[in-house]
Amino acid sequence: MAATLPPPRLLPSGDSAVTVEFSRTIDDAANQRVLALDKALAASPIDGITESVPTYRSLLVHYDPGKIGFDALGEKLLALASRPLPPATTARRWRIPVAYGGEHGIDLEDVAKALNTTPDDIVARHVAGDYKVAMIGFTPGWSYLSGLDKSLHMSRRQNPRLLTPAGTISIGGIQAGIQCLAAPSGWHLLGRTPVRTYQLHRNPTFLTEPGDRVTFFAIDHKTFEEQDRAAEAGEIIAEQVVA
Amino acid sequence: MSRLVVASIGPASSVQDGGRLGAQRYGLTPSGAMDRLALAAANCLVGNELFAAAVEIGPFGATFTARDGAVRVAIAGAPRNAEIAGRPLAMDTSATLKDGETLTLGFARGGAFTYLAIEGGIKGEPVFGSLAVNARAGLGSPYPRPLQAGDEFTVDAASGAPELRIELPKPSSGPIRVVLGPQDDEFDDANKALFLDSEWKISATSDRMGYRFEGPAIKHLHGHNIVSDGTVNGSIQVPGNGAPIALMMDRGTSGGYPKIATVITADVGRLAQTSAGTAFRFKQVTMAEAQDEARKFAQLIRNLPDRLRSSDTVTLNIEALQDANVAGYAVSAVDAGTWQVIAEP
Repeated sequence: MAATLPPPRLLPSGDSAVTVEFSRTIDDAANQRVLALDKALAASPIDGITESVPTYRSLLVHYDPGKIGFDALGEKLLALASRPLPPATTARRWRIPVAYGGEHGIDLEDVAKALNTTPDDIVARHVAGDYKVAMIGFTPGWSYLSGLDKSLHMSRRQNPRLLTPAGTISIGGIQAGIQCLAAPSGWHLLGRTPVRTYQLHRNPTFLTEPGDRVTFFAIDHKTFEEQDRAAEAGEIIAEQVVA
Repeated sequence: MSRLVVASIGPASSVQDGGRLGAQRYGLTPSGAMDRLALAAANCLVGNELFAAAVEIGPFGATFTARDGAVRVAIAGAPRNAEIAGRPLAMDTSATLKDGETLTLGFARGGAFTYLAIEGGIKGEPVFGSLAVNARAGLGSPYPRPLQAGDEFTVDAASGAPELRIELPKPSSGPIRVVLGPQDDEFDDANKALFLDSEWKISATSDRMGYRFEGPAIKHLHGHNIVSDGTVNGSIQVPGNGAPIALMMDRGTSGGYPKIATVITADVGRLAQTSAGTAFRFKQVTMAEAQDEARKFAQLIRNLPDRLRSSDTVTLNIEALQDANVAGYAVSAVDAGTWQVIAEP
């Protein structure tokens, strides 16, 4: 089995980082290998590595060239990456409440129109999804999810919005997302969650980790207001499901 | 305790330190000083940890007033005219403001960022081990935003330690060195050559997130969308319009444009200190050369304390040079590179 895994490409990212690239496209198998290598590095750290950043298809490894050079590090990374994938472990699962449509999801109706269906149907398809946190990036806590229903794949907005609200639940291309802070975005806004995937003085500060599973469920706008206040006060709100 | 009050300050000025490392996997950008060598030099002069938090002052002027006691400070980085209550203060030196005295810094005469280190450091609440301001994420302490007039720092009373200067190597004026990658294969040889051989200027729209370059449009082989992957300080991405952007300290932790090259660690601060409109070039180096330079750069910073000198030895020379400047605008006569030679015992 191990022999069938093609080796990743090592892409120089300056003198203090290397990108270990498993695929050029969004690919769940590649993402599994990214997360497996990330875990392997956490379990058996290589001296000189300062931090690693998993993304959909590659692992960016920051290191101190005063401690280890590009070639030596590359060899170690390739050796780790060639190991067979560990058996799938039970991932953490979060159930995330979402207030869909209206002021919280201003694109829901347009998305429904574009896909020739009703807003309720869009919500039903979004809620039915079984998602995985493929990566976190761009701004703190922004969780990029794989697993979006194919019928919801649609290209991003022509004109990205300069500011979209904190907690926005959106879709863009073949991806779904949980956005924590207000930020620019070209994705379609379906709703908002009161859940903060990042909250500074809360323990844990960051709720989601790459590899976590996520499902959504609908809440009404009144519940959103209540939970939003509770979340602001530091409650986690998201339900953690332990399988 | 004394206070240092920001009496006036321009935009793009904030508290910065060595940066906030370890949480890029959660989308938390590192931030930190744009010119790490200058930050370290300023801190070194007042006996702080080299990457302690200091005030990063943007291209415009600023004034600071000591209250409730004396405050000892040092400046390094982009050269500018500086004086304390009429006494000239040279770059790369420390000085003490007596209670009520004001430090006046002019606009940057080259480069962009000057670091004001305060003896004993800036007091604040670190987040992920750092006080660095990341305005987008609302992080940073004591103010999670760029500084404004009226802000103040609670600081240690000046120790009365003898004032120092630091002898820094003269900054190189050579090209900004890069290693190709991670996505140089998204460009053909002609466009890679266009990038490496052209003259570039930094656009005035540059900021702590990214430096935009004006020059020829660089074309992609397969379009400008790649699947987002990780970024580093100095990643040079090429968006759809073909105008490269070097990602700087407030960059997003991931990005979806092809990255043609990466500025070497030793030159990121030099790029940060290249003023808008100044023409410059890139130069490709090998990974081995880049890593060698990175190690030398780290060693230069580590050994900064060996470069400290008593400031007494140059006082007369600085004043003479300052007087000379009154006649014209040749203020660069007090640049470190010039007066150090004259002052050498």
